[in-house]
Amino acid sequence: MPGIQRTGPVKNKRGSNTQSQPAKVAATKLAKASTKKKDEDDGTEMGDGTDEWMQRKTLIKPPDQLDLTEAELKEEFTRILTANNPHAPENIVRYSFKELLYQRTGSIDQLATHFMLEGNLLHQDSDEARRQKARQGYPEGMVPIATEAKEEKPDTLQAEVEEVMEEGGSEDRSDSVQHKGGKPEQKQTNQFNFIERGSKTLNNPLRQMGCQTEPPPRANFSATANQWVIYDAYVEELQKQENNKEKQRASMKKEEGKSKKKTMLVETQSDDITKFRKVTKIVERMVIQNTFDDIAQDFKYFEDASDEFRQQEGTLLPLWKFQYDKVKGLAVTSLCWNQRYKDLFGVGLGSYDFTKQGHGMLLFYSLKNSTFPEYFYTTSSGIMCLDIHPNLSHLVAVGFYNGCVAVYNLKEKSIQPLYTSTAMSGMLTQPVWQVKWQKDDMDNNHNFFSVSSDGRVVSWTLVKNEMVFTDIVKLAVGDSVTGGLEGLQLPNPACGTSFDFHKEVDYLFLVGTEEGKIYKCSKAYSSQFLDTYDGHHMAVDAVRWNHFHPKVFISCSADWTIKIWDHTVRTPMFTFDLNSAVGDVAWSPYSSTVFAAVTTDGKVHVFDLNINKYEAICHQPVVAKKTKLTHIEFHPVYPIIIVGDDRGCVTSLKLSPNLRKKPKEKKRQELPEGPEVEIAKMEKLLNLLQDPDNSSLG
Amino acid sequence: MQSDLIAEVEETLKRIQSQKGVQGIIIINAEGIPIKSTLDNSSTVQYAGLLHQLVMKTRSTVRDLDPQNDLTFLRVRSKKNEIMIAPDKDYFLIVIQNPSD
Repeated sequence: MPGIQRTGPVKNKRGSNTQSQPAKVAATKLAKASTKKKDEDDGTEMGDGTDEWMQRKTLIKPPDQLDLTEAELKEEFTRILTANNPHAPENIVRYSFKELLYQRTGSIDQLATHFMLEGNLLHQDSDEARRQKARQGYPEGMVPIATEAKEEKPDTLQAEVEEVMEEGGSEDRSDSVQHKGGKPEQKQTNQFNFIERGSKTLNNPLRQMGCQTEPPPRANFSATANQWVIYDAYVEELQKQENNKEKQRASMKKEEGKSKKKTMLVETQSDDITKFRKVTKIVERMVIQNTFDDIAQDFKYFEDASDEFRQQEGTLLPLWKFQYDKVKGLAVTSLCWNQRYKDLFGVGLGSYDFTKQGHGMLLFYSLKNSTFPEYFYTTSSGIMCLDIHPNLSHLVAVGFYNGCVAVYNLKEKSIQPLYTSTAMSGMLTQPVWQVKWQKDDMDNNHNFFSVSSDGRVVSWTLVKNEMVFTDIVKLAVGDSVTGGLEGLQLPNPACGTSFDFHKEVDYLFLVGTEEGKIYKCSKAYSSQFLDTYDGHHMAVDAVRWNHFHPKVFISCSADWTIKIWDHTVRTPMFTFDLNSAVGDVAWSPYSSTVFAAVTTDGKVHVFDLNINKYEAICHQPVVAKKTKLTHIEFHPVYPIIIVGDDRGCVTSLKLSPNLRKKPKEKKRQELPEGPEVEIAKMEKLLNLLQDPDNSSLG
Repeated sequence: MQSDLIAEVEETLKRIQSQKGVQGIIIINAEGIPIKSTLDNSSTVQYAGLLHQLVMKTRSTVRDLDPQNDLTFLRVRSKKNEIMIAPDKDYFLIVIQNPSD
């Protein structure tokens, strides 16, 4: 029994008795001990001071100790210690949902936990232990107990070695692992002085870099895909393909220098104004159409109603008048309609006056624009005749007063003609009075004929870049032969003034001369004529074959007469006297019996043999007095005629219905057959004349 | 050649201007901006703006009906005068005429 202070410890003991957490055994032991000790409380205090160190000490009473009497001090208090947990609640009441009332729980848990420590010992046969063993590579069953002490050292050594080896490399590591695996003694993480060190590699600091490009420029685009937009795109594509093909072809073939190739118009886009050419032309025509609206309407639609009252006569309605400033002083010497473009006609201007010879002009007018010519060319010498090629309507053959002939190409912009005959290439010495295109010869070269005052009928062929001429016929005054020096007989050249080729029989043509004779010639015979007609007393101004009837031709002359012939008969069928020199005569293209003539007194005479065999059904002054009419041409399609006068002015006139009559007999049968009707008409007339002709005429 | 063409066009325009009743000529390019005009500025701009749209619409109509077709010219006749427009690929020409003058 230790001599320790009683009161305090006793109380403490008591306190500790209640508060300690014994195993039960310990608790009961302590409880017994406390009951024992309690008795000895007072006694030990007072009486038990036999210990050496306690002898000379007086008992100290704590100031707050109860003062008790001895009787009270000796009182026995019985204390029972149970295993009950004094802190456990005694009456726990729980709500029971089953019986829907609060119920006292019966048994209350008396376990009080004073201290808890979790250990880390594993039973060697437990699962976890087995796993650990497997991990560390122990064979089953072996437990490194005895070697623990030993392992401490080699553990640390090994750890160091391994650390060193780690730096060496992976191979070493693997070795060490194997090394590890081979050894029974494995490194185990020593709980006492195991150090594990980790190191971290230097991570490069992450940086983010971004860049942004400038956004592409944007534009809004909107369009409508119409049918024509799509079509245009396709056409362009096609063009490109074709161009590629052509390039391939061109590189393969050589280009032949053909003279008659169409010239390509190269459009320059540098100047804006030039682009407007075409448009300005269109607009000009539109404006003029407005200005001359009434004329245009007349041209199209007007039919003179008064013709019904006028039995047989007709009238000519003046339409446009074509004038150009620069042609003052020049006379219209020739007119020609363009076969292809129905509104285009050519006017040749020159002078008939022998003494006044100056320049000439070649103009082309369109009916759509009467104020200004479409094309105009100035020439050095007066133009006497012109002819437009029937197929290639851009080629124009022109004959000059000075004997030259030229061919113009209307497609080219140049003022110069395509070809000119020069002194070298057979220039004629006399004015060329008529030119006419012929069919292409066998080499497909264009050629035309000309007749001039020096009595030669010349054929010109356009070969590549030049004109080659061939004399076809040399006209000679057949009978009279001038007696030259020493009796040389020189044939007098006759001066041809006009000629015309037969419409169907290609080689047959007629030539009219200044002496008044008409010769029927053939291309085959160069010196001899097939026939001669003693026609007029003065120069023959025009000879024309009938468009329909193969045998009939007409001639007019300055001796005031017009004569109609049948070429098989040497004497004329009809003769008309017009009181004035006849400038020109022309057959109408729509009827075989209608023709028109112009005279120097400014009148136009229209005849229809079907209606009136002796007189004109219309004679009308068309121009002012003192203006001579020089030429006349019928339009191939429209019922209009153009007449040229000696002031350089061309007037267009519309034929009234009476002048355009077609035979009304046997309508249904004959109308579909156009030309034959005309021929039949003429035949009838001729037959009528045959009998009286033989007897009369002179 | 070039100067010839320019001269020709200029002369044609002059002739048009001198025709009876013609009040003015305007040439407009593809964007509707007048290039040349014989009228005063405000009228020109007005005509140009309005007619440009009209021509575009007309042309679109004609070509929509048949893509191989194209507008040749357009005449607008009113009580007081007549406006004639001749379009081309990238520009057009307008002439105002009073035909009854």
